[in-house]
Amino acid sequence: MNYILIAEQTLNGLQLGVMLFLLAAGLTLVFGIMNLVNLAHGALYMVGAYLTTWFYQATGSYLLAVVLGLAGTLAVGIVTELVALRTLYERDHLDQVLATFGLILIFNELIAIVWGRAALYSTIPDYLSGHVQLTDSLRYPLYRLVIIGVGLAVAVLLWFTVSRTRIGMLIRAGASNRAMVAALGVNIRLLYTIVFGVGAALAGLAGLLSGPIYAVQPGMGELILIQVFVVIVIGGIGSIRGAFAGALIVGMVDTMGRAFLKPTLATVLSPTAAETAGPALASMLIYLLMAAVLAFRPEGLFPSRGS
Amino acid sequence: MRKSTVSLRAGLVAAAAFSLCAAAPASAQQKVKIGFITTLSGPQGVIGNDMRQSVEMALDHLGRKIGGLDVEIIYGDDQVKPDVGKQVAEEMLKKHQVNFVSGIIWSNVMLAVAPTVTGAGTFMIGTNAGPNQLAGDQCNELFFTTSWQNDQTPEAMGKYMQDAGLQDVYVMAPNYAAGKDMVTGFKRYFKGKIVDEVYTRLGQTDYQAELSQLRSKNPKAVFVFLPGGMGIQFLKQYSEAGLRGQFPLYSVYTVDELSIPAVKHAALGQLETRYWSQDLKNEANVKFVGDYKKKHGRPPSFYGAQSYDGMMLIDSAVRAVKGNLSDKKGMTAAMRKADFKSTRGKFTYNNNHFPIQNFYLLKTVAGAAPGSDPVMEIQKAVFTNHKDSYGKDCKMKW
Amino acid sequence: MITTRNWILVAILLLLGAVPAAAAYFEQPFYLDLLRRVMIFAIAAVSLNLILGYGGMVSFGHAAYLGIGGYAVGILAHHGIHSGWLQWGLAIGASALVALAIGAISVRTSGIYFIMITLAFTQMLYYLGISIEEYGGDDGMRVPVRSQFSGLVDLNDGTQFYFLVLGILAASLFLVHRLVNSRFGMVLQAIRSNEARTRAIGFSPYPYRLATFVISGAMCGLAGALLVNHTAYLTPEFMNWTRSGELMFMVILGGIATSAGPLLGAAVLLLLEDVLQGWSLLPREAVRDHWQLYLGIFLVLVVLFARRGLAGLLPGKNE
Repeated sequence: MNYILIAEQTLNGLQLGVMLFLLAAGLTLVFGIMNLVNLAHGALYMVGAYLTTWFYQATGSYLLAVVLGLAGTLAVGIVTELVALRTLYERDHLDQVLATFGLILIFNELIAIVWGRAALYSTIPDYLSGHVQLTDSLRYPLYRLVIIGVGLAVAVLLWFTVSRTRIGMLIRAGASNRAMVAALGVNIRLLYTIVFGVGAALAGLAGLLSGPIYAVQPGMGELILIQVFVVIVIGGIGSIRGAFAGALIVGMVDTMGRAFLKPTLATVLSPTAAETAGPALASMLIYLLMAAVLAFRPEGLFPSRGS
Repeated sequence: MRKSTVSLRAGLVAAAAFSLCAAAPASAQQKVKIGFITTLSGPQGVIGNDMRQSVEMALDHLGRKIGGLDVEIIYGDDQVKPDVGKQVAEEMLKKHQVNFVSGIIWSNVMLAVAPTVTGAGTFMIGTNAGPNQLAGDQCNELFFTTSWQNDQTPEAMGKYMQDAGLQDVYVMAPNYAAGKDMVTGFKRYFKGKIVDEVYTRLGQTDYQAELSQLRSKNPKAVFVFLPGGMGIQFLKQYSEAGLRGQFPLYSVYTVDELSIPAVKHAALGQLETRYWSQDLKNEANVKFVGDYKKKHGRPPSFYGAQSYDGMMLIDSAVRAVKGNLSDKKGMTAAMRKADFKSTRGKFTYNNNHFPIQNFYLLKTVAGAAPGSDPVMEIQKAVFTNHKDSYGKDCKMKW
Repeated sequence: MITTRNWILVAILLLLGAVPAAAAYFEQPFYLDLLRRVMIFAIAAVSLNLILGYGGMVSFGHAAYLGIGGYAVGILAHHGIHSGWLQWGLAIGASALVALAIGAISVRTSGIYFIMITLAFTQMLYYLGISIEEYGGDDGMRVPVRSQFSGLVDLNDGTQFYFLVLGILAASLFLVHRLVNSRFGMVLQAIRSNEARTRAIGFSPYPYRLATFVISGAMCGLAGALLVNHTAYLTPEFMNWTRSGELMFMVILGGIATSAGPLLGAAVLLLLEDVLQGWSLLPREAVRDHWQLYLGIFLVLVVLFARRGLAGLLPGKNE
């Protein structure tokens, strides 16, 4: 048993999970509280990646680029909410799906018009690159550790905000009973805008973190969006805790599947059979997992109390 | 409310009727009409754009005339979908009545479109996709390609690595038809030990898991096929993981002039095999690359070079029959001669209308000017006059 | 009951019937193929509307049945069986069976969970299709010989094929119309409206939903068989979730739970794509390459201003 390899793959799964969590948290909040299916969430992820990359090239300072990128994504998110999404809250899920799909097309093409279709060159500053020697035989890229760190910090921050602060209380109340919260005199529109903004910022954060390691190109959001939906279904809609658990589970299962499924299958099947079955099964793995969760616990692993 | 909806509908109906009538049948004047199908939307539009720019350059170099006749070029977008590609081809054949259909990046689109075009008695001049079915039992008099047969490029890499005596190679490709073909082609010439053959998910973005596995196997060399965005992502992550210095990376269709601007120094040292390179020194290529760089600020990709050649091939055929576009047999005979100045230098055609050509080893090196992007340069020839492996399955003899 | 809306639908069908003659007169045979493709997707959209619009089951995996129907034809053709009766029979039967299997599990859930589970199943089928090398895998497979119907209809004749598709479309619309207005359909719509109340009057939703799911799958499987004959090519890409999304958009765009909706939605979505790419009124590059931008704006505008979809814009009472 190669323990170093397993440890490394665990870290990989954790990092993938944390990335998925950043995206899932925003999406699940918006869906749970505002009852809005937002397919364009991936577009905000893309906007975050593009703005930060562009600002970094323009200013030369990574930290400044991160701040500007996040602020920019937040602005784009809020403008989108005010202009296009406000009217969708009362509408059917289906209408929301169609409208937000239209938004995806619009965002992708606008980005292509401004920056072209070719992938953008995105990189990290020197102080974030390189490796960390975790044990005397395990080296791990520093940047990936930073991602894990940032993701966990955001998770703690979100948990604290939702469970310990007044605004968090309003969010939880809004998820439970929207009408009652409005009747109590809370400015529900403002609350919604804030929640959407937070979701947009989280998506933007995920985007700027992934820019340097993935390809920054139009349509990059859709590639990861379907995995995010799987995460929130497994975790439970409207629940941050569920998003966290679901994201880590999906990240781990997917990583471990890709790494160890084929060699595991090879012990019981012939090598050629394992070679075809392994990759095919690994691709389907997270969907099988989701189907299983839905079959036994349809409300998700950690449903929010309102549902 | 009623009034506006009625007028909206009336407007739509009128527009539809108008467009039906407005598309006139082919004019009586002698003109060459070429339909060029590629991908112009979505992230892969990058490739289609390069092809279109190269086609335009070719037509400019030819003085906007093909074989002495005026030319009309119509571009179509296949959206990477075979059924859309087929619909676009049918529109070009039936509505625009083109004399030639050209282009097509993707093998599955080509397999849907080529029979449609040749079945209608029109020439299909492929400028990228080279599926083995069209090189073998589905070869056709009216089908020519200016690119290569899919297996040839990995065969060249396999031969190079075999000759270099490399052992313990780690192989990786996406789990779809082209991915498997690349590995098959590679193994046709590489007979050394392969430590692992890994197929990743098509469209996968994160390769950390695979990279960790790779490191644990400790190979002497790594061979990958990861086209498009997958290649960009893999290269960035490979470089970030510090594996560049540790395990030499060989690839096909993973690094090219279109992806280098996105990865920059992460591509340095990358070795690929290809039938063409922007620094190939022959008359046509020097002119093509030079003018392209001047106009677009960067060298063209091989997709562009192939599309450029496609136009030149068509021109040579029309010229040979002196503009008599109904003499299809004459044009086939002319094309078989490959009598035009190709960007790859002189070459001949195999019986299945696929080129017999050289393959070179290319290396990504630092750009000439400081701060400029890396470029790919030829190191040596791997194959001279290499034939594809499917010609024997093609029944054409000439 | 023939409402104004239904008369309009009949009129549209008659107009479609006139297309071959018009196409021949104006010498534009391409439009025959284009509209035939539109009608095939309309049949798929009609089948989806049955479960999505009337049944309230938002299936994100409907494209799977296009694939199953297509592969039924393709696989039989690959092994030399060209009888249309067998091929299309298998297409319908296999789709119904798979719908039964997937439905048995999925129909117990609802809402977003139903969407995701149908999505999951379709993705699994898609990845399965990619890995089966024998039938082309990702490259797909050519189907050069069209289904043969022992001389009754020759699918190689563009016009005959066109009328066959038109006939099947009309039949599907009629079938759905009768189904929805029958006792069965009433219960289905009641379940969609208020499940608790329907249960209270003594109807169990599960068998009604499952039956509708199977009928819908079978109809879509037939559309798949038609599609493969039309394109003469088959690829697992037909089962991709983005294709399912396109079908959903056709139904929603057209107006859910309406008779004319699926046809309008399919027609507008597919024709708009074609028109935007070939529009010669604006400079080519600006429109053609970025046609998806205009499509996106169009979709958003329709949702914001045409609350009941395109069918809602038609004169006549909303169903």
